Amino acid sequence: MSTAIANPTDSGALVSAALLEVRSVAKRFGAVKVLNDVSLNIASGEFLTLLGESGSGKTTLLRLIAGFEQPSSGEIWMRDKRLDTLPPYKRPVNTVFQHYALFPHLNVRENVAYGLRVKGTAAREISGRVEEALRMVKMTEFAATRPAKLSGGQQQRVALARALVNRPRILLLDEPLSALDANLRKQMQSELKALQREVGITFLFVTHDQDEAMALSDRIALLRGGVLEQVATPRDIYTRPATAYAAQFIGQTNLLAAEIRDGWAICGALRWRSTEPNGPALFSLRPEAITQVSANSASAPGAVCFRATIRQQLYGGANETLDVDCGDWQFLRVRIPASQPMSGEFEFAFSSADAVRVRP
Amino acid sequence: MSTYETSRRAPVLVIYAICVFAFIYLPIAVLITYSFNGTGVGGFPPSHLTLDWYRQLFNDRAIWDAVLNSLLVAAASVALALTLGLLAALALDRATFPGKALFRRLVLLPLILPGIITGLSLLMFAVLVRAPLSLLTVFLGHGTALISVATTELFAGLQKMDRAQEEASLDLGATPWQTFWRVTLPALKLSIIAAGLLIFTLSMDEIAVTFFLIGRDNTLPLEIWGRLRRGITPEINAISTLIFVVSVGLIVIWYRLRARALRNAE
Amino acid sequence: MYSRAYKSLVSVPPLLWVGIFLLLPYALMLVHSLWLVRDGFIVHQWNLQNYATLFTNPVYLQVLLRTMRIAASVTVCSLLLGYPLAYYLSFHSGARKELLYQLVIVPLWVSYLVRGYAWKTILGSDGVLNGFLQYLHITHGPVGFLLYSPFAVVLMLTHIYTPFVFLPIYAALETIPRPLVEASQDLGASPAKTFLHVILPLSLPGLLAGATFAFVLSLGDFLAPLLVGGASGTMIANVVQSLFGAAYDWPLGAAVSVCILLITLALLSMGELLEKRWAYK
Repeated sequence: MSTAIANPTDSGALVSAALLEVRSVAKRFGAVKVLNDVSLNIASGEFLTLLGESGSGKTTLLRLIAGFEQPSSGEIWMRDKRLDTLPPYKRPVNTVFQHYALFPHLNVRENVAYGLRVKGTAAREISGRVEEALRMVKMTEFAATRPAKLSGGQQQRVALARALVNRPRILLLDEPLSALDANLRKQMQSELKALQREVGITFLFVTHDQDEAMALSDRIALLRGGVLEQVATPRDIYTRPATAYAAQFIGQTNLLAAEIRDGWAICGALRWRSTEPNGPALFSLRPEAITQVSANSASAPGAVCFRATIRQQLYGGANETLDVDCGDWQFLRVRIPASQPMSGEFEFAFSSADAVRVRP
Repeated sequence: MSTYETSRRAPVLVIYAICVFAFIYLPIAVLITYSFNGTGVGGFPPSHLTLDWYRQLFNDRAIWDAVLNSLLVAAASVALALTLGLLAALALDRATFPGKALFRRLVLLPLILPGIITGLSLLMFAVLVRAPLSLLTVFLGHGTALISVATTELFAGLQKMDRAQEEASLDLGATPWQTFWRVTLPALKLSIIAAGLLIFTLSMDEIAVTFFLIGRDNTLPLEIWGRLRRGITPEINAISTLIFVVSVGLIVIWYRLRARALRNAE
Repeated sequence: MYSRAYKSLVSVPPLLWVGIFLLLPYALMLVHSLWLVRDGFIVHQWNLQNYATLFTNPVYLQVLLRTMRIAASVTVCSLLLGYPLAYYLSFHSGARKELLYQLVIVPLWVSYLVRGYAWKTILGSDGVLNGFLQYLHITHGPVGFLLYSPFAVVLMLTHIYTPFVFLPIYAALETIPRPLVEASQDLGASPAKTFLHVILPLSLPGLLAGATFAFVLSLGDFLAPLLVGGASGTMIANVVQSLFGAAYDWPLGAAVSVCILLITLALLSMGELLEKRWAYK
């Protein structure tokens, strides 16, 4: 994916490869500030997810881009045209709504054709494009059916086709999978990803489900309380979270409040090498980064070793999650591959590179 | 159905309910029966069956003129009340404007106040603007008084509508005007029909307001009323029976629509 | 989401229309009540004399009181008929509930005039009821008081308004969760106690709505007295009618109307307040 995209956590230059630019957008509803100085660039052809809890402002940002709300301040640009001054029906942007919003009085074909019809497209072109769209979402045999007779998953495909047939420059998806049950959700996730690859349109996806975000996205924009916490690829956001919130929201982690002294980070019974300047610092250490040292395996050079007592062991099928006590009630969560029930004191190790410094 | 309902058969209650139903229906039954009665309106028991009164009714020019007048006024009232009622419902749902609360109350007044007050007020207004009393004034009275029937029904319909559909329409490139015709109105179809039926029926039966706004041409209720003042004839039984039959027909239609709307909402 | 033009387009026409054709006429009524009639002409002289007349002339008070008595009787009778019917339908009718509900609604759609006329033919001296009674030799001559009396007015209006009263009571009863009734039984209450302590209190808002409706509409009714009321059954609205008709005194008629309007609005407001008080969510 294009690396030349501005990440607001860098102090970097903006590159004009961006398809959509959100410039210092803020949104207030009465006295409540829902979005606070958000700047974001979206590249052409990328799958970007807006991730956050409810109330984080992710849906509001989506609606601002779609045109159903106006920013209180800031601007939205698409290439060199200003977008936020346009009404929704003039924007080259289409939305897949959370509950699909299919027109109940039209059948599937008419629903999909709607956007083309209202713009006065020729009938022949409409039928061609509609058939193509239905084929893409595998709903051709339901063309004459009314939405009320379709299942949730089927309605969702129709909603997708209805949006995509208009060839928008950006497709906005507002938690489209949240109403589906778990199995169907997984299936739709891979279909969506494949579809995006095939069609090549930029997808802006909103969800509160971090697994979903990690699986689908080229980049994740994590929103918290109306502010962008971090924008990075799934891999980066997981291995190098910028803040404690990011580290805890995505995956599980141990937060270590350490003191740096002359090249050493000290946290309770743990010490590891660190290049950070002296002073207090917060570190994130993922549970799976901690391994159990057995009698025969030698720990890698530079590894930090420590002894800890197992207080709780939770079996998770493919792995075990251990709550271990490093002494003085300093608890760590450790994840190791599945083994036997264990008790007592054991030796554990982690690499100092895995302890990532995060902002509080 | 809960066990409570099946376990107790309260016979007293059943008998009482039957009595109430009888009370509600017997007068109508009597009316219908005596419309076929040879010896007229009163007395007991009804003697020989005849269709004479119906024959007399069908030859009665004045009655059918009045029916036509009523239909015209009712149809026009439906058009007026639905149009203004739809706009009002949209306004109440989507706009804030000064006097919104007052407007809401004001538009309900003709329904909750005794008809004589609305009728007389409109009469005074007609006198003020020197408008001659005619079917036109009757139409204006009905249409105005029945706006809130439309407003209430259509407002409820708007609330039930999925707002996201209008957003989806705009999102797909339709202008607000297109959205109104292609998405909003179809969603309100059942509400509009139900409201229309109700307004039609209320207008056909309206007496209190019409009483004071009528000119030379009578509506059906007032034509019947005029005859009642002169004396009872079984012909009135006949027309009443016909009115009853048509009313039942309309209410069956209305009810089916309601049921269908409820089913569609699931 | 809606532009200013859209909002103006939908709110201005109805506001304008209602302002001209409702607000203005009602205001005219009020204004007329403050004028006078002299020598057969309406004089635009501002005063409160009409209201003074109303309160001092015993005739008006008498009619008003009779009207309120009639309205109260209608309300009570309608409730006595409508409530048990609603209760039966809601709790005891089982599979036939829908059908029975439609049967109750049907008369509402049948013309007021038709129903009033039906009573006229039944209650008269030559009417069906008298004929019936004489046929069975229960009476030997026509019973006079049936028609052209307050009794007839109450009877007719009760007939008209029982379905009206039924509707909100039925709606309220339907919203009572059945598990509450079962819980009451489970705790040892008999059906009668359950009704008294659970069902009745929870249905009070509906009851109040129906009662208010019946009372207010009966209060302003002028057709029923004309049909079946006779001389002894005239109500306050008939007074208004004659003041606008033969007894040409529009200002006085307007004053009486304003009084009716105020009483109506007061009752409705009170009803609304009580409903809110008694509603349990």
